[in-house]
Amino acid sequence: MPKDNPPVITANNLKKYYPVKQDGFFKKDINLKALDGASFSIDAGKTLAVVGESGCGKSTLARLVTMIEEPTSGEFTISDINVVKSSKKEKKTLRSKVQIVFQDPYGSLNPRKKVGDILEEPLIINSELNKSQRREKSLAIMEKVGLTQEQYNRYPHMFSGGQRQRIAVARALMLNPSLVIADEPVSALDVSVQAQALNLLMDLQEEMNLAYLFISHDLSVVRLISHEIMVMYLGRVVEQGEKNTIFDNPLHPYTIALLTATPRVNADYRQKKIRLSGELPSPLNPPSGCTFHRRCAYMSDICKNSAPEPRQIAGRVVSCHNVDKI
Amino acid sequence: MGNSTNVVLIENEIAPPHPLKEFWKYFSENKGAVIGLYFIVCAVICAVFANFIAPHSPFDQYRDAILQPPFWLDGGDSKFLLGTDDVGRDILSRLIFGARLSLFVGVIVVTLSLAAGIFLGVTAGYFGGFYETVIMRLMDIMLALPSLLLAMAIVAILGPSLQNAILAIAVVVLPHYVRLTRASVISEKNKDYVTASRVGGAGPIRMMFDVILPNCMAPLIVQATLGFSAAILDAAALGFLGMGAQPPTPEWGAMLANSLQFIQRAWWVVTFPGVAILLTVLAFNLAGDGLRDALDPKMKR
Repeated sequence: MPKDNPPVITANNLKKYYPVKQDGFFKKDINLKALDGASFSIDAGKTLAVVGESGCGKSTLARLVTMIEEPTSGEFTISDINVVKSSKKEKKTLRSKVQIVFQDPYGSLNPRKKVGDILEEPLIINSELNKSQRREKSLAIMEKVGLTQEQYNRYPHMFSGGQRQRIAVARALMLNPSLVIADEPVSALDVSVQAQALNLLMDLQEEMNLAYLFISHDLSVVRLISHEIMVMYLGRVVEQGEKNTIFDNPLHPYTIALLTATPRVNADYRQKKIRLSGELPSPLNPPSGCTFHRRCAYMSDICKNSAPEPRQIAGRVVSCHNVDKI
Repeated sequence: MGNSTNVVLIENEIAPPHPLKEFWKYFSENKGAVIGLYFIVCAVICAVFANFIAPHSPFDQYRDAILQPPFWLDGGDSKFLLGTDDVGRDILSRLIFGARLSLFVGVIVVTLSLAAGIFLGVTAGYFGGFYETVIMRLMDIMLALPSLLLAMAIVAILGPSLQNAILAIAVVVLPHYVRLTRASVISEKNKDYVTASRVGGAGPIRMMFDVILPNCMAPLIVQATLGFSAAILDAAALGFLGMGAQPPTPEWGAMLANSLQFIQRAWWVVTFPGVAILLTVLAFNLAGDGLRDALDPKMKR
């Protein structure tokens, strides 16, 4: 597919292992494979949704991309700068390119600082603007996200959850980022407020040509906001492709199970639920072969022994041995 | 049209009041704290203007009025409102000048130990690892020694004087501040707003002292006010043991010690310095509580 502009971010086989100490003197540390190979790219103005259960590596991915942590292996490029190999100076410019909106708007705003100070902190660190310019800029962004000027001097505790999330979004936009990581940005909000927040995110995307890495476990939200979807299970990507391709015709058994689990109001659309049996296995001791095989309805012998390689099938990438049989 | 002006009016009314005014509003809800604060203000005024308030010099000995009782007792004289001590010095005047010393001790001790404790605690909590282990084990060792004993040992090495007593007390109370700061820093540093600042590019100094520290201040303020009273108490104890302020300095603890032998004959010589210590310590504790409630934005409605 020819592209006019290079993607905002390209990631190639990102991995993050955490060493975990074992009891006993002579036992070696074992690796917790929080993220085991993720490759993707996001174009400006597009949204990649990352979907999966808790503990599947979604937030680890967010921490890597925001440069809070370094990947164990793999590479990713933001605005044509290789992040892993970048110099300190380049990292500093990259910081302003990637910003994050957190899940919990009650924990993500410094309770001791006024809204204005929270918004201006990134500017103080990363720009040469003086006080009145900073104020001007934060008031402009506040207006953009639907906050009023009077709220500039208030503390976060004076706001509702939805308003706080607007402040968090405003803070993420202060440095004119090209990529915004949204780590479950609406799952802590009421459903009525969720819609507002999502609309805000989508309006801002259109206006500022932002790329979103949207982490969520709520598939109806994902369906609304995303362009591409990446389904993860236990640190691995199981299926990845265009939104409609995946929603209309999921191939990986895990994706199918996830999609049928979405509640629907209209009875006509209700599908027979595929219940996954068993718990999410411990990432410290993942099952052999395909990590999903113990919960999979289509499991065969090969699944127990060898891990499936990602394959390009029907317009998406899927990691499953038995795609053809499903 | 009428509607929109109404909206504007309401918005203006909601606009937050001046921070000091707001602080006072929450602080004054706590009656005990206000009383404590008034007492502290009185003590500070006494200390600052001791030269003008005190009826006599704290060192003048009135040989004709030794161990004179307070003015309301038989034999009392309105010249010496709270009576005189064993060498005929006016107790009230000595108490007023003693407030100067006690508050001075409190301020210096708290400033020293708070500054050092915050620095060590924040860096230990933020950086962790070997650095943290070294600092925290050192603090554990200091805590393992009885505090007054440690203070006495330090004073014994440096020589008994008020300055050395202050230094000794500051060292002895240090572990409390370090541990408290470190604990709050550790609980704060993994919160999302700290991560958000890091994503915004904040360096370690800004992270520690601008982002995290203000959120750890509530327990520290309480500890500091409690520490203020503890410092006054400890200084009095050292003075009582003869290792703090040396006579004839009108230090409350030393006053207690010097007049202990007269407790049967002249209760006022011992009682008034004791009551002064008690009230001052109590006032700081009350005010500290109120301060905590008023400074914590999470407790505001």
